[in-house]
Amino acid sequence: MPLQSLDILRRSATTTPSTQVRAPVEVAKLIDVTTCIGCKACQVACSEWNDIREEVGECVGVYDNPRDLSANAWTVMRFNETEENGKLEWLIRKDGCMHCADPGCLKSCPSPGAIIQYKNGIVDFNEENCIGCGYCVTGCPFNVPRISKQDNKAYKCSLCSDRVAVGQEPACVKTCPTGAIQFGSKEDMKEVAAGRVAELKTRGYDQAGLYDPQGVGGTHVMYVLHHADKPGLYSGLPANPTISPLVSLWKGVAKPLATLVLAGVALGSLFHYVTTGPNEVAKEIEDEIEAEDREKEDAQ
Amino acid sequence: MIRDPKDLKRYTASERANHWVVGMCFILLALSGLAFFHPAFFPLTQFFGGPVWARILHPFIGILMAVSFVSIFLRFRKLNLMTATDVEWLKRSREMVTGDDHNMPEQGKYNGGQKMLFWVLAIGMLLMTVSGILIWRAYFHFDITLVRLGAVVHAGMAAVMIALIFVHVYAAIWVKGTIRAMWYGTVTRAWAKQHHRAWYRQVTGK
Repeated sequence: MPLQSLDILRRSATTTPSTQVRAPVEVAKLIDVTTCIGCKACQVACSEWNDIREEVGECVGVYDNPRDLSANAWTVMRFNETEENGKLEWLIRKDGCMHCADPGCLKSCPSPGAIIQYKNGIVDFNEENCIGCGYCVTGCPFNVPRISKQDNKAYKCSLCSDRVAVGQEPACVKTCPTGAIQFGSKEDMKEVAAGRVAELKTRGYDQAGLYDPQGVGGTHVMYVLHHADKPGLYSGLPANPTISPLVSLWKGVAKPLATLVLAGVALGSLFHYVTTGPNEVAKEIEDEIEAEDREKEDAQ
Repeated sequence: MIRDPKDLKRYTASERANHWVVGMCFILLALSGLAFFHPAFFPLTQFFGGPVWARILHPFIGILMAVSFVSIFLRFRKLNLMTATDVEWLKRSREMVTGDDHNMPEQGKYNGGQKMLFWVLAIGMLLMTVSGILIWRAYFHFDITLVRLGAVVHAGMAAVMIALIFVHVYAAIWVKGTIRAMWYGTVTRAWAKQHHRAWYRQVTGK
């Protein structure tokens, strides 16, 4: 829900600037995957704070539970086993909305004000304005939004915009027992990450790095990865996410172009009519038909 | 009701009804579809009881149009086969549009332009139906790339079809004595002789 009404950088399906005179600091959540123990306290905290409960599932032999994001599970831990440098590695990634600087969901959304990007970087869904079309799912490069089967509205992580609005950190950050999730200004989080990356490198993780993909303008949820060169290892984290060119075409150039073409055809027709005049039946043809009729009558 | 028995019958009642089912569906789909395409048109959702209802109704109206168009297609496909005369007509269509139709070749029931519209609409209807199903999230879950492709095709083809329908409607307004053919089925002999002389000869035997 949009609480910070003066901090709105962008609003879906809106072509004029939104209220944005205030300039809050850009925030970010930093998830240090290398420190995460997979306890799922963040999932519980998210569920508690946002007061949403996913249905109890079944054990299918993996740790992932719930198995996927849903309207009632805005963050899930994804577990992946892999072999790197001849050793088994258990990579655990807390998945959820990345709060892109260039959000594909917001670009795709047709409903004014259903998706809002605050100046602090949080991308928030305002379900009250959501029409349930699912365009946000089509636009998202990270496959995050979920449409609820209950009310057909789209849901996802809000980065606890309500908590952040009053100067608190997101619930998942507050609860993380190992400090793997941190929250602060984006600049500070980058610094924290740099320190952590340097440390990992001394421990032999040569490819350690920060995941802040520039293809979407950077994100306001960032990861420290031991294998930043292979984000795919972390349960399919995209290596170079961007808004799909198909989505850019659809919600980019096509919109003004098609609108202009339609306006052109409509106006062109009108001006054709007033310049060329109506295409009426020629007087001579009317006369021919009348003459034929008269001939016929005379013959009878 | 036929007041002048000498008027020529152009469309049967069932052909007209079929046309208007497709026509009404098209208008409703264009209004609700444009609303989802560009924010400038979003207020059009109010015609449907609000944006959520517009989103719910749009695909069902689409199915009705697709089914009704299949019927139109089957009725008129043979009459719309292109001939050499049609190509000649299309080449000269600029002359007619600028107000001089003296050199236009004689036309059967449909001219080259009408036939082109028929075939582009037929292809368009097919593409719109397939791409529409791809992006119908309430009931279908296709691969994301297919959904994105569907969204682009749906929006692009819709714009082409709406532009063509503008031309279709304008042509009916421009060529006087035409609209009545779709309202009550008849045209005057003079109209037929002027615009579709080959068809006029065929139905009158002159």
